[in-house]
Amino acid sequence: MKLLEHQAKERLRRVGIECPTGLVARSPQEAEKAAQEMGPVVIKAQVPIGGRGKAGGVKLAKTPAEAHAAAAAILSMEIHGYSVPSVLCEEALEIAKEIYLGVTVDRDRRSMVVILSFAGGMEIEEVAEHSPEKIAKLWPDPFAGPQAFEIRELTLQALEAVGGDETLPKARYLAELVPVVQSLFRLSQELDASLCEINPLVVTASGQVIAGDAKIEIDQNAEFRHRDLVRELGPDASAATSGDDPLEVEARRRGLTYVHLGGSVGIIGNGAGLVMNTLDLVKQHGGSAANFLDIGGGAKAEVVKQALEMLLLDPAVQGVFVNIFGGITRGDEVARGLISARDELGMQLPLVVRMTGTREEEGRQLLEAAGITPAVSAPEAARKIVELIGSTGSS
Amino acid sequence: MSILLNRASKVLVQGMTGSEGSFHTQQMLDFGTQVVAGVSPGKGGTKHLGVPVFDTVREAVEATGADTAGVFVPPPFAADAIMESSAAGISLVVAITELIPVNDMVRARAFISARGTRLIGPNCPGLMSPGERAKVGIIPNHIANPGEVGVVSRSGTLTYEIIQALARAGYGQSTSVGIGGDPVLGLSFSDVVELFAADEETTLVVLAGEIGGSDEERAAELIGRGYPKPVVGFISGRSAPPGKRMGHAGAIISGTTGSPASKVAALEKAGVKVADTIEQIVELTRERLGAARSS
Repeated sequence: MKLLEHQAKERLRRVGIECPTGLVARSPQEAEKAAQEMGPVVIKAQVPIGGRGKAGGVKLAKTPAEAHAAAAAILSMEIHGYSVPSVLCEEALEIAKEIYLGVTVDRDRRSMVVILSFAGGMEIEEVAEHSPEKIAKLWPDPFAGPQAFEIRELTLQALEAVGGDETLPKARYLAELVPVVQSLFRLSQELDASLCEINPLVVTASGQVIAGDAKIEIDQNAEFRHRDLVRELGPDASAATSGDDPLEVEARRRGLTYVHLGGSVGIIGNGAGLVMNTLDLVKQHGGSAANFLDIGGGAKAEVVKQALEMLLLDPAVQGVFVNIFGGITRGDEVARGLISARDELGMQLPLVVRMTGTREEEGRQLLEAAGITPAVSAPEAARKIVELIGSTGSS
Repeated sequence: MSILLNRASKVLVQGMTGSEGSFHTQQMLDFGTQVVAGVSPGKGGTKHLGVPVFDTVREAVEATGADTAGVFVPPPFAADAIMESSAAGISLVVAITELIPVNDMVRARAFISARGTRLIGPNCPGLMSPGERAKVGIIPNHIANPGEVGVVSRSGTLTYEIIQALARAGYGQSTSVGIGGDPVLGLSFSDVVELFAADEETTLVVLAGEIGGSDEERAAELIGRGYPKPVVGFISGRSAPPGKRMGHAGAIISGTTGSPASKVAALEKAGVKVADTIEQIVELTRERLGAARSS
């Protein structure tokens, strides 16, 4: 679940991190009015996705008339698949320096990590890729949080990494960053955030340290602890974490673990590793997977039906490959579930099913009688579905 | 022998009275595992599946001498369960639960590390040592075969596929370990590979990794420094596009680390033969074990 910029900044303010004055506008008129009150403003699209600046979703407006025009333009945009229902009109900052500050999970260290770089701003991804030495990191004790001395060490390390920075005196950086980092870390823990990021953390021409932009992403697994936030942000914020693909957003609404890949072979399997291996098999046999869909353990008939239904929403799907490792599940039950799901949905596309489990032979016979192609092994199933799609494609 | 779990292991199950816990505890008992206690707060003093139930892990350990814990409690309470077992002196905790908040796991991991507890998982199928008739977790009993191959993998069903394919070719397992698919895990590939090195029964290790993270790369480094046994590698998700998250929170490629190419290259550099398919895992195992035997 991603917070919009203005929602994220509201949280930053509550923990005492300085943010620019801003007003949310849902129409050009509201933006114009905001500019009348505030003077020169930056108009920023409120969408749950990065890269909006490069997409034209951020504009400077010096007068109310300019604010009206900029808001009208941005509100009619579509940014990476998202419409723009609102803009944030914010006091324009005189930027002297852009710093990157983030708190996220470091899976290799099995820890939270605080990331600080004096090479912040829009290009931070490139810095991370090409000059990672310009980024300083701190892995705090998760119970105690980052201590002041650790943050001073982090700051010195980050300064040294870029050969020093004269925008503010060193002593001020050492003093200013401690409360910001501590508050941001505390916020990340309170919100169960998988990412809390201020980029840029701006040093203004007058020497003020203030959050230019903010990104907060709540761990999907922790949403049960933040029901109020889920309600406040609505279903779209939740769906947004699956990316900007409309099929993925739809799958998220249905509670399915689905990734859209764009090929023609629809894939359903149980267990993420097994499904990934299924994608690989389809590719090895000359096909292209339409999606990743993991129905998880249990292989229940109702879930299989939902999964089939989801795949049929994708117009590129020309055939479906179901790969179930049954373990102790009964093969005849899986077969019956699949047959009734296919019949209820009126599915016409080729369907190849590979399953294992107890009574798998009975299951295979049921499938065959119902006109579904059974397979003993996953590679055999991959070969069959690619063949079947090839033949329907040419007819 | 085996690694981590053997016939002497005394297992307690946290969340044993729940539906998942009940079902899999029965499976573990059927397999031959010494399940000595269940822990369900509020149900202490009762019996379930013929096993005594306790309110706390500490009581269960004091009464039964349990040294290993299986965690089947729901995600909101799972990190607490892991820490409870660690605090009570359990030496190996196997967390099957999936969907645990990642911050909970960061804290639990720090807590148990300070107490020297080993953790497998979370979001994992657990482990089984067929020759020892011992398992903790959800790996299906019927696919188990005692033998000489050590299997370490991230995920559940893919691990079962590999075990089954090896079994059909006549290769059983010393111990199979699923380390889990979450971003914050207990034991890593390297940890398990290191344990297999010292196990007499294990003559070959199958390491089945996945895209994302750099655990496979670090295991490759360890193997590259000199490893006493042949290792067969496998990386799942090789056709996945970069930046897409494939169900396992872990399976996301960022930058060049975590990409299938980087993992395969690291393993090959370490002298590990990497299979393209599960069938090839079997072929390479046959090749390497044949060679190992004749030498």
